[in-house]
Amino acid sequence: MRTRSGIRRIDRIVWSLATVFLAHAAVAAVPPAQAAKPTAYAEECGACHTAYPTRLLRPADWAVVLASLDRHFGVDASLDSTTRAAVATQLGVDPAVSSAATAKAAPRITQQGWFREEHDEVSAQQFRSPAVRSAANCNACHAGADRDQFDEHSVRIPR
Amino acid sequence: MFRKALLAATVLLAAPALTDTPESLMRGYAEQARTTSASYAGPSPAAGRRLFHQQPRDWSCATCHTDQPTATGRHAITGKAIGPLSPVANPERLRDAAKVEKWFKRNCSDTLGRPCTPAEKADLIAFLLGAREGA
Repeated sequence: MRTRSGIRRIDRIVWSLATVFLAHAAVAAVPPAQAAKPTAYAEECGACHTAYPTRLLRPADWAVVLASLDRHFGVDASLDSTTRAAVATQLGVDPAVSSAATAKAAPRITQQGWFREEHDEVSAQQFRSPAVRSAANCNACHAGADRDQFDEHSVRIPR
Repeated sequence: MFRKALLAATVLLAAPALTDTPESLMRGYAEQARTTSASYAGPSPAAGRRLFHQQPRDWSCATCHTDQPTATGRHAITGKAIGPLSPVANPERLRDAAKVEKWFKRNCSDTLGRPCTPAEKADLIAFLLGAREGA
């Protein structure tokens, strides 16, 4: 009897260790992108351009952007209503109100006063250069833009 | 018991995230095409290639995805890098029906100025599946 219960105990320990090992293996097998699922805003808006920090426009302006996604600065960026509502919530926009704002022209971050001031030493030619292409391409000069890093000292304007 | 545990572990580790494949999506669109036309001949990679380069307005598919769907593209307006469109070069592509529909809706509207038909979608997927890297 003693021997059998001893075996059972060892058995239990081995199985506990195996379970812990497998649980770790399962967690390790999940790629980081899945472990930290990007938000609807980061995933949808970040597919075509830097997922601009949401503070760069006011919720009322985001509401206009969301209401006109089917003609978003010259391209069709439409979303199904469920996804659009998820993005709206992240932008501080009431999903129910956003469709009321369709008549207005969508505001551009690059036309805001602070943006022009911060970039007044960058020429139109530099913004249009092949490596940059557009003022919307934050990453061309701000390598950490996707991580909301816009520190002036780390700016590198490509030539 | 050991076998059961091994089986459970295998299932746990190998479970695929999504059930759609490029082939299943292509078959789905082909079936839709067949319901509207009895003479539908099935997906055509050659027709897909023609559609990929067709440019009735400002842009074709190739404008952002390059002439080579296995290559990394670049957004025509924002300049952001776009991973290869062909599943041959990018296994993440064409694995989610809703995502595929979202992009067909947007991009057919931006390039052709109209929605793509199910037959055209099947043709495009056939073309992307037949793309050869570096060719």
